[in-house]
Amino acid sequence: MSTDTAIIETRELGRDFKVRDGVRRRTLTAVDDLSVCVGAGEAVGYIGANGAGKSTTIKMLCGILVPTRGSVTTCGLRPVADRRELARQVGVVFGQRTQLWWDLPVRESFTILAAIHGLGRTAETARTEELVDRLELAEFLGTPVRQLSLGQRMRAEVAAALLHSPRLVILDEPTIGLDVLSKQRLREFLVAERTVHGTTLLLTTHDMGDVERLCDRILLVDRGRLVWDGTLAGLSRTVGAQRVLVVDLAASTPDLVDVPSTQHLGSEGGGLRQRLAFDPDTTTAAKVLAAVSERVEVLDLAVEEPDVEDVVRRVYAARR
Amino acid sequence: MPTSIQTTGRTSWRPYWRILVAGFRRQSTYRLAALGGLIANTTFGLLKVAILFATVRAAGGDLNGYDIGTISAYIWISQGLLGSVNLNGRSDIATRIKDGGIVVDFLRPLSVQAASVATEVGQSIFALIPRGLPTVSIGVLVVGMNVPSAASGYLLGALSLLLGIVVSATTVYLVAAAGFWLVETRGLQILYMVVSGFFAGLFVPIDLFPNALRIVAECTPFPSMLMYPVDVLSGRVVGMDALGLVGLQVLWLVLTALAGHLMTRAGRRKLEVQGG
Repeated sequence: MSTDTAIIETRELGRDFKVRDGVRRRTLTAVDDLSVCVGAGEAVGYIGANGAGKSTTIKMLCGILVPTRGSVTTCGLRPVADRRELARQVGVVFGQRTQLWWDLPVRESFTILAAIHGLGRTAETARTEELVDRLELAEFLGTPVRQLSLGQRMRAEVAAALLHSPRLVILDEPTIGLDVLSKQRLREFLVAERTVHGTTLLLTTHDMGDVERLCDRILLVDRGRLVWDGTLAGLSRTVGAQRVLVVDLAASTPDLVDVPSTQHLGSEGGGLRQRLAFDPDTTTAAKVLAAVSERVEVLDLAVEEPDVEDVVRRVYAARR
Repeated sequence: MPTSIQTTGRTSWRPYWRILVAGFRRQSTYRLAALGGLIANTTFGLLKVAILFATVRAAGGDLNGYDIGTISAYIWISQGLLGSVNLNGRSDIATRIKDGGIVVDFLRPLSVQAASVATEVGQSIFALIPRGLPTVSIGVLVVGMNVPSAASGYLLGALSLLLGIVVSATTVYLVAAAGFWLVETRGLQILYMVVSGFFAGLFVPIDLFPNALRIVAECTPFPSMLMYPVDVLSGRVVGMDALGLVGLQVLWLVLTALAGHLMTRAGRRKLEVQGG
């Protein structure tokens, strides 16, 4: 995987919207002064609170929205001017929107998209088979899209966006509303796609699991501005984002305040359930669990990930 | 270098043809709706028979060139085309511009306008099967009507019919594209619905309009959608005159397509994708 070619390059990119506020109109800056360079083969998580400007940025990268300021190059092309050429090199999944033909069987959406992208017969067959196999679509290929479950539809959406083997794949909230198993399958697929084809990934998400398992670089935006560009570990370290181990104990236990490298967050049910925060850089869930097990029998456990909102809140708080 | 799949020719009709077929297939999944449309078309056809036959008879069997045979053809062909020619102003793309679904259209290596028109045309062509043909058959078999006497009449009629469908799609696209500026185009769509049926000659043939009103109608694309195809298909207008009507349809197709192209180009800059 080479990272010397820039797939995405923005310079002082900005976009304003005019919004109506009662009778007055005011200008809302959705994205401001965004300068970012993403190389070929990178996997980048683009995170931030709702309204931080993530979707607006994505739409400018694809040539859907015209920037108010600054410049943007995607796959070496000018997104607005070269929209149609760019569309052949980029695949986008908007978690909230469908690009499938609602009334027709899933299979038909793929043949239509293959025609739209001008795939030859051989390429179409090979790629469709690959996606059907890896995303496990075979069982519902003949089902009309409107009858699919959300998990099935999202897998079909991803296949539709990737059918033309784009160099850059952009996923806007790809796992929103999916159950644990569906999320897991989708993430595994994306990891494999990247390994096999060297695809560049850019994804926005509120799911820390997505970021941890898929991304090696984080871009964090706050009110339209880039406030972090680096690894997730680095970000978590900076803001002290912690994981939380929740343990259900066999007997009422005094608060576990002295487990090494943890912080006791609270107890319920007279000490039957306790919450311990720990920093994944200094210890592991297994070590914490072992330390707790030495004192009292553990019946059940859960590890809570810091969600993106939490990380974001900490970054935002630190900036103010 | 990432693996990339070799693509065939860049400017090609194949994607648009495939999208047209998808529109056709999509419409074919709404069978009950088609049956409902057919019943409505036939009912109103019989009403129009009662009113317009009486009018022709009251005029002594000849009403501005219409006799019972030609007025019957007018009624049944226009009723049959109602499922295919868009006189209500609604389109999927107008909804997508309003709710932000339009992003998907812009993510494809296609002309957004041409893809939308192709979809609409595909749906319209399908509607000829469950709605157009049965309605006209009822006219021919049950009531009786004039039909072209020569094969060339049918050929030109089919072309005129297709042009009517396409002109209605390119014109309705203009209503939708106004949404780049207005976002909510329902008012415009209702205006279109009120005006289009009247000027397209749905209620009364435009040759029966007062002269000034007929001229106004002819300055709009609406007669190209319904009146001209009906005139050519029924054999009421033949020869060079029929070719003239088809020429007018082509003119309106070019004008509305060009306007839609310019509106899309300008509108893109105004686009503020709604939601998410």
